[in-house]
Amino acid sequence: MKRFFTLLLAVLMVLSLSACSQKPADGGEETAATGSVYYLNFKPEADESWQAIAATYTEQTGVPVKVVTAASGTYDTALQNELSKTSPELTLFQLTNDGAVATYGDYCADWNGTDAYDLMTTHAFDLTKDSKTLGIGYCYECFGIIVNKALLKEAGHDISEITNFETLKAVAEDIHSRAAELGFDAFTNAGLAPSSSWRFTGHLITLPLYYEGITAKGEIKGTYLNEYKNIWDLYLNNSATDPVANNTAGDEAEAEFGNKKAVFYQNGSWEYSALTGTYGLSADDLQMIPIYCGHEGEEKAGLCSGTEAHWALNNLAKPEDIKATVDFVTWLVSSEEGTKMMAKEFGPIPFKNAAEPENVFFAQANALLAAGNYNVDWAFNYTPAVDDFRAGLVTALQSYAVDGDWSVVENAFVNGWNTLYAQEKQ
Amino acid sequence: MQKKKKLRAHDSTALSSELIIRPIKKKVWLFLIPTFLCFVIGFVWPFISGIYLSFCEFRLIREALYIPLDKIKDVFVGFSNYVRAFEDESFRKAFTYTASYAVVSVLIINVFSFFLAYLLTQKIKGSNLFRAVFFMPNLIGGIVLSYIWQLIFNGILIKYNTYLTANQTFGFWGLVILMSWQQIGYMMIIYIAGFQSVSEDILEAARIDGANKMQSLFKVIVPNMMSTITVCMFLTLTNSFKLYDQNLALTGGAPVMTTASGTQIKMTEMLALNISSSFGKINTWAKGTAQAKAVIFFIMVAAISLIQLKATKSKEVQQ
Repeated sequence: MKRFFTLLLAVLMVLSLSACSQKPADGGEETAATGSVYYLNFKPEADESWQAIAATYTEQTGVPVKVVTAASGTYDTALQNELSKTSPELTLFQLTNDGAVATYGDYCADWNGTDAYDLMTTHAFDLTKDSKTLGIGYCYECFGIIVNKALLKEAGHDISEITNFETLKAVAEDIHSRAAELGFDAFTNAGLAPSSSWRFTGHLITLPLYYEGITAKGEIKGTYLNEYKNIWDLYLNNSATDPVANNTAGDEAEAEFGNKKAVFYQNGSWEYSALTGTYGLSADDLQMIPIYCGHEGEEKAGLCSGTEAHWALNNLAKPEDIKATVDFVTWLVSSEEGTKMMAKEFGPIPFKNAAEPENVFFAQANALLAAGNYNVDWAFNYTPAVDDFRAGLVTALQSYAVDGDWSVVENAFVNGWNTLYAQEKQ
Repeated sequence: MQKKKKLRAHDSTALSSELIIRPIKKKVWLFLIPTFLCFVIGFVWPFISGIYLSFCEFRLIREALYIPLDKIKDVFVGFSNYVRAFEDESFRKAFTYTASYAVVSVLIINVFSFFLAYLLTQKIKGSNLFRAVFFMPNLIGGIVLSYIWQLIFNGILIKYNTYLTANQTFGFWGLVILMSWQQIGYMMIIYIAGFQSVSEDILEAARIDGANKMQSLFKVIVPNMMSTITVCMFLTLTNSFKLYDQNLALTGGAPVMTTASGTQIKMTEMLALNISSSFGKINTWAKGTAQAKAVIFFIMVAAISLIQLKATKSKEVQQ
């Protein structure tokens, strides 16, 4: 018995020792030859496609590609853990906005001069610092008010009627007043539960910020908050939900629109597959129009296009791994398999050989720009302490719904923003 | 049969024989090493580096930890993180909120579980079934439980045209109800064990001396159960101070009031959540200050539970 235990222990020890030593030896040899890729993905919905494309690439070139997904709520923690390793394997990660540049900028390699960089059709979405390109915007998204044209027609209106806030308001109020008779309402509910509130405290705030001319992190004046109030009031007062108990989740608004219970739905291009797939709406019935909020000259507004998706190279990684990663990215945006997967998951990508996506919202965004309308840039990317700012604004919007005191919203928006910005700057 | 018994007896004498035990005793360190290593990796090292980091200013841990010794002076900032932690309005608010939650929940949970345990040791029909049912909420994880209760609360509150995160009061009592529901069953089990350990002889003696049910409960059973009460008080008190996942999932700190100066105050944020959310900020001193808060938090919880242990232990009787 005793001998057996000794043997067992000895075997275990040898096994554990060899398990420890095996990996570095193996990996070391491999990376010396070809380099390897390790990507930290932030979109769980795209994970499957990433794993498949990684396998395809490894099959074709023999370069190992590892893709790990960390959802947005845990992304920073995962990234910081990876970057804090003594010899980080991580080569490619997400840089969302200027705030991320401030935190991770020191660990990003420059994309300038790489093949992938030269293949890009626009650098408008890139993140730069001191003439270095730290993050390349590899896809973009657009949001606006999604309209169900078939329902609109049923209510006796046409989309061509809507050219600014006044006309949008007139149509919406007419539909809302006849909601019982029509069987559907004007807007989907503007729920302030966490899964829905980002549409208003994250995306909708772009309008007053853009019109104020916010193009970098800094203090704001809130000059155009009245426009924000206009559109918010319109949402609140022209949906089936009671404004006071406005705490519904995001999927409820989606379902309302999908089940043809509402004509207008503020959301973005990423909704396309759910609306046409899950709810079976026809792509021909869907049109995304600019968010009109009563700003002067808004007849020439386009959709809100921009991105939070930037790729960054980890400069702590081994040079051969960085090179392998650039090669992988280049292949991803130029090869047939790569562009197909990118078009499916991310829509149009700003690279020369990109495949055509089927998502109609992007075509509509481009048509508006081609007609000479201006793009409403994603000014909300400069929000300080994003989660805190949004949470504060949600509370303020809720209290506004109860007592109608707009100054609470103004305070949370302007003073809240400026205080959070001051804290962040320290 | 006879033979088997003999063999077993033989085996056990053999196992306790010095000949077998001595070599094992000699190699005791060999058996301790794995656990000790786990303890060092999982507790001692993070604890020490946490204390060290609370004196540093850094954005990523690699900037302060695992750096050459002569670089430490660049990141070392002394006690300024502690000063910032105490100056932080949200941290002080989280402390008062946590403390008031702890007082309320410790009282409610212990009173209810004590009386449930009392009822279920009274030889009621089906008491085993009741025990199992009351204990069950413990088997559901905190996050899941909080989302379920969030739905329940919102489902009820919507009838009154309001919702859980509309104000601080709803969030507070929501958390109290949720935690009571989860913890009462657990504490009840401990109390039941306590009730069962009170010897029948003492109770009988009390009965013969003419004590009624109430008297024997408060004058005989409770003093004899003080050690159980100590354990339950300790568990509920530390649990309420360290509460994190239920707080995160139920309200996540909402509603968030913005004061006239623009400072945000999360009305239902408890200490642990406050620490973890301040670690996520991006300014240079945020992470060091969060570490400092964590050290303060540790000292506070340790001190409070030691005081509580001392206070209740002094009431325990020797049996």
